[in-house]
Amino acid sequence: MALLDLANPTRFLALVARALPFLGASAVVVSLCAIYLAFFVAPEDYQQGDTVRIMFIHVPAAWLSMFCYSLMAASSIGTLVWRHPLADVSAKAAAPIGAAFTFLCLATGSLWGKPMWGTWWIWDARLTSVLILFLMYLGIISLWRTLDDPSRAGRAAAILTLVGFINIPIIKFSVDWWNTLHQPASVLRVGGPSIHPSILMPLLVSALAFTLIFITLHFAAMRNEVLRRRVRTLQLLQAQTETPPLGVAQPSAGA
Amino acid sequence: MLGPDFLGQGPHAGFILAAYCLTIATILGLSAWILLDYRTQTNSLADLERRGVTRRSARRGSNP
Repeated sequence: MALLDLANPTRFLALVARALPFLGASAVVVSLCAIYLAFFVAPEDYQQGDTVRIMFIHVPAAWLSMFCYSLMAASSIGTLVWRHPLADVSAKAAAPIGAAFTFLCLATGSLWGKPMWGTWWIWDARLTSVLILFLMYLGIISLWRTLDDPSRAGRAAAILTLVGFINIPIIKFSVDWWNTLHQPASVLRVGGPSIHPSILMPLLVSALAFTLIFITLHFAAMRNEVLRRRVRTLQLLQAQTETPPLGVAQPSAGA
Repeated sequence: MLGPDFLGQGPHAGFILAAYCLTIATILGLSAWILLDYRTQTNSLADLERRGVTRRSARRGSNP
């Protein structure tokens, strides 16, 4: 199946119907492996002790929150430049999932920060920029719900998404540009990861699990959005057939 | 009652447990929301088609 064929929503729905069972099953299996590795294989950190196990969910959630927004930005270009029929479907479906991963990043970070830093929250550059990302997600979801017409809402949300994309490099490099309480990058950095392989491997398996969960949920949410648009089209069609044309006299009750 | 060293996770076991429970609950909640939405959309579509409202492509497909 050529990539262009996926522009047809019916073909996309057929692909999703075939792929979802495998994606869902692999997401569950890899997630169980990740939990096993996190609790029974990975050693405790020499400084942070067992709280390092929070990293196995905090870091993948952070990666996915930024990946999801980047995917939305790419979809927004597809909406504005090529008007690809599935581009704004993809962007709209991704927004609540990205918001959920960003919420998890903030919440698990807070649960990790309290025992390690002695505080639930601090207004440092990394934490604040991720909070802005979360607010951006909520703003985009609100914008989608404000406008009835999906194509108008799609274009408005695409512009807002692209404006907000400036925050992604700020999040990534905030720990380098400013003096933050948050630690600098330890995996995606020049010179390779600075984490010991015994902790890095479970982290990468957990990241794979989160990615599979994301792809599964995104495909399922895209399918819902395609169906929602079909329902809307049919409802408009029904309203057109049921509404008498203007200027035609209505029969009186006694006629 | 969970002690402070639940599952041998040290004195911060509560924080670790809370982080994992919150993550699992959020992902399960999101999955349930998406599944319920799918059911709502397929029911609405089936209801409309039952009342004879069909897409042009579906009508073309049914013609010989």
